[in-house]
Amino acid sequence: MMLPLLLAIPLVGGLAAWIAGLRSATAPRWIALVATTIPLVIALPLWAAHPGDSWIAAFEAPWIPAAGIEIYLAIDGLGILMILLTFFLGIVSVLVSWSSIKKRTGFYYFNLLLILAGTAGVFTSLDLFLFFFCWELMVLPMYFIIGIWGHENRNYAAIKFFLFTQASGLLLLIAILGLHFAHAAETGIHTFRYEALLDTELSPGLGMGLMLGFFVAFAVKLPAFPFHTWLADAHTEAPTAGSVILAGLLLKTAGYGLIRFTVPLFPEAAATFAPLAMTLGVIGILYGAKLAFAQHDLKRLIAYTSISHMGFVLVGVFAWNTWALQGVVLQMIAHGLSTGALFILAGGIQERLHTRDMNRMGGFWRDAPRMAALALFFAMASLGLPGLGNFAGEFLILLGSFQASVVTTVFAALGIVGATVYSLWIIQRVFHGPPPVSPRLPDLSLRELVVLATLAAGLLALGLYPRPVMQTAQPVISIIQNTAGSASVASHMLPMEPPREAATVANAPSVFSQYPAIDSPRSPPFLLGARMDAAGPTATPDPSFEP
Amino acid sequence: MTLQDLQAILPLIVVAATAVTVMLVISFYRNQTVSAMLTLSGLLMAGACLSINWGSAPYKVDPLLRIDGFANFYIGFLLVASFVVTVLSHSYLEKYRMERGEFYVLLLLSVLGALTLAAADHFVTFFLGLELLSVSLYVMVGYIFTKEKALEAAVKYLFLAAATSAFLLFGMALFYAELGTMEFSSIAARLQDDAPIRSAYITAGTILIIAGAAFKLSVVPFHMWTPDIYQGAPAPVTAFLATVSKGCVVAVLLRFFSAIDLQAYSGIFNALAAVTAASMLAGNLLALLQDNIKRILAYSSIAHFGYLLVAFLSGGDAGAAAATFYLVTYFAATLVAFGTIGYLSPTDQEADTIEDYRGLFWRRPGPAILLGIAIFSLLGLPLTAGFMGKFFVVGAGTGAELWALLIILAASSATGLYYYLRIVIAMYTIGDDAEIHRQKTAPPPFAASVGTTLAVLAIFAIAVGVYPEPVISLVNTATESLEAFVQTDVTPEPTQAGQ
Repeated sequence: MMLPLLLAIPLVGGLAAWIAGLRSATAPRWIALVATTIPLVIALPLWAAHPGDSWIAAFEAPWIPAAGIEIYLAIDGLGILMILLTFFLGIVSVLVSWSSIKKRTGFYYFNLLLILAGTAGVFTSLDLFLFFFCWELMVLPMYFIIGIWGHENRNYAAIKFFLFTQASGLLLLIAILGLHFAHAAETGIHTFRYEALLDTELSPGLGMGLMLGFFVAFAVKLPAFPFHTWLADAHTEAPTAGSVILAGLLLKTAGYGLIRFTVPLFPEAAATFAPLAMTLGVIGILYGAKLAFAQHDLKRLIAYTSISHMGFVLVGVFAWNTWALQGVVLQMIAHGLSTGALFILAGGIQERLHTRDMNRMGGFWRDAPRMAALALFFAMASLGLPGLGNFAGEFLILLGSFQASVVTTVFAALGIVGATVYSLWIIQRVFHGPPPVSPRLPDLSLRELVVLATLAAGLLALGLYPRPVMQTAQPVISIIQNTAGSASVASHMLPMEPPREAATVANAPSVFSQYPAIDSPRSPPFLLGARMDAAGPTATPDPSFEP
Repeated sequence: MTLQDLQAILPLIVVAATAVTVMLVISFYRNQTVSAMLTLSGLLMAGACLSINWGSAPYKVDPLLRIDGFANFYIGFLLVASFVVTVLSHSYLEKYRMERGEFYVLLLLSVLGALTLAAADHFVTFFLGLELLSVSLYVMVGYIFTKEKALEAAVKYLFLAAATSAFLLFGMALFYAELGTMEFSSIAARLQDDAPIRSAYITAGTILIIAGAAFKLSVVPFHMWTPDIYQGAPAPVTAFLATVSKGCVVAVLLRFFSAIDLQAYSGIFNALAAVTAASMLAGNLLALLQDNIKRILAYSSIAHFGYLLVAFLSGGDAGAAAATFYLVTYFAATLVAFGTIGYLSPTDQEADTIEDYRGLFWRRPGPAILLGIAIFSLLGLPLTAGFMGKFFVVGAGTGAELWALLIILAASSATGLYYYLRIVIAMYTIGDDAEIHRQKTAPPPFAASVGTTLAVLAIFAIAVGVYPEPVISLVNTATESLEAFVQTDVTPEPTQAGQ
């Protein structure tokens, strides 16, 4: 029963905030804070109690039986990490908006909480229709947040964001339905359940078409080259919390979708497509870095760095081995924290100076040393300084993709050089140089300091001791990998994989025994546990790996 | 006519009797509230009579009408929509000092025509219903003749509708010439018995009938009238045009084409697919160029009936159910949209430029939220009925593997986003001139009836978006009886339509 609460609390809280906002401007803030904190408090014990290799929690209820649609929520290691990230960044974005959103706070927090509910839904739904429902649910409130509380060119940015996501969303819908009907034609059962659809046999042509539908929808949200153009505008014009949520959560839903759906559902098509996808990822890494370097709008610059970092995610997902996937999970979390923090800093500067133009900045270190020091920290995280979360993620991704494709990895690694350049560029342009002519820049407030310090601590923990996160993600990654029939993807692409991996694959059992059937959530997970043991831990990197 | 016949068509009789009653009452006592009340109670009584027939076995009023689950569903559904339109018209007409009672007589007559179409099983009732609907509409479109463009719209509608009636008649004549019958079920039987009979007559006749219906549904290339008439007509009449007058045509088309197997005529099928694609594209692209909200909704309705045709072309049970379900969601959203527009319109003018809506959300949140829900539902965003409607249409299309049409649907409806969002953006933007507009568009005293009706509809739209199951099972029951109609009456063996 915990899972529906994760969705219901933000929803109800959002409505309450809207209603309270009619009377008071402060009440919605507190309501929003409570409505983001409670789910985090609910989710933390779930993580702690994570049994390893089964669903942590599941919930089922009929919804539209006529079409085979259910409310089917379930959460595993990957899901719980993403849920924690969701509500952690949720609290951060409520706090960030605390003083900067002064007008119409009720409606603002309604939208904010609605996005969080949609995101939580995306990370927990295992009915594909419900997934799509939540996927679309995130879009409209984000549109409002950009369009109402955004900066100068907000309407353009908001519409562009909406158009891109809506068009790609419809492709996703068609692909989901195509899969649904292919499954129905094969088995005679109309269902949108993830586990059932995993088993669908598709002809190569249909499989490729449907896979592309999923891929494009996620690539737009990720965003991958060449679907990235909306991101810079949306980030630039969004209010700070909007940028934090956009970078921290909405982009992650795409990475999650690639891992959870695109590859496992269409392993053959994904394997065929992998070289192209990895190439797109590499282009994204390099192109994003290059464009970032060319910006003088601070938020725009950070937005392009997101494109670059998300390129790593794309490369990692399609490299599709344990190292790379572990890296992707770490990278998604670390990027959510570090880029969120950079946007908070950029938003703070804009709030103080009313400009994002770096040509009008410089020398802020003298006036705002705390801000500058933290900015340096997050810039270092962004450039991949060892010891911080981003390094762990990018390193693992490169390690994994090296086994899949050396050339790709060589070019992807160049992205780290690019990251160094633009990260230092930010520090140099904004905080170094001659002291500003403008009035003194007030330093961080206590509230901002606490928020940023927490994010910094998170990054540090992730960099120095990524083990808890990796251990949580590990079983899921193995299961998903086997489910996707590593036979097709991995053997196709990973000639350097240890031979025992192949043995694992050969006796990889059917999907249903891989994932414990959810209709009996109380059934002991030993079946799966035994399978995991048989699969052999050698196929996985040492979870205690520390960079 | 037997007593049983009369009982079966009691809803139609009640509506006709109400029309006569209202007319008689007007000649003695003119009061628009009284007329409206009579109309509403007549519609309610018709609904009550419908509930007597609800669920009973299909009944044929030989040879003209068929009262089965499908007809009953559509009759009920059209009655509800007409009820809403009546409520909207009452508050709208309050603003005008003119003879208003006759409006309700006309409205009831068009409703009668629509109900006849919903139950039609014969070319005669098809044509009769359509004419009854259209002739009253000519007058309703131009009813407030003092208004700019009202007469232009009415005359335009008159000419075009009359021309398409001629098409329709000719098409029916061709069928009769070839098959010697005008009854849907026996047409189906003859076509089935004798496959080679699918001659040029039948093809030409089908095309002409589709053309006639396409005019009513305002799909490309018969869409030219839509924007002008939507703009010129009073908002409640536009609501009626957009919903009831289209819904009943969908009903008769579904029944007619469940009788003749459209898939067998690949030429016609392809032509209709082209019409569908063109409607989706033209509707959405042309709407981009508009600044008038009623014209935007007119073009969007062209696109929406394109989407609906995708379901229609998918054929079979799933297609009919998806089309009907889509229609329900479209009705709810459209009625709310035009209801809000009518409600916000000051006397002698429609609140129909986007400027009129600037800052609406901040100064009058109630109507703005209603209009917002309507627009989001038309857009097909989750939590609204439109999302479910679009889902089932795409589902039907995917099931029938109409990939090209689906891709066009996705691309064009994403384009559609832009013009809907312009209205939404206007609603939440605060311009400096918001105050001026506030005074210009200050609505008349709040009509509680309209507010309540629209709120109920909006809540319905959200409820269907969250939990569509009850509506789906209603729709499924209705369309199953459509299948039964084909299978029991027409062919001894199952038809291909069910696949």
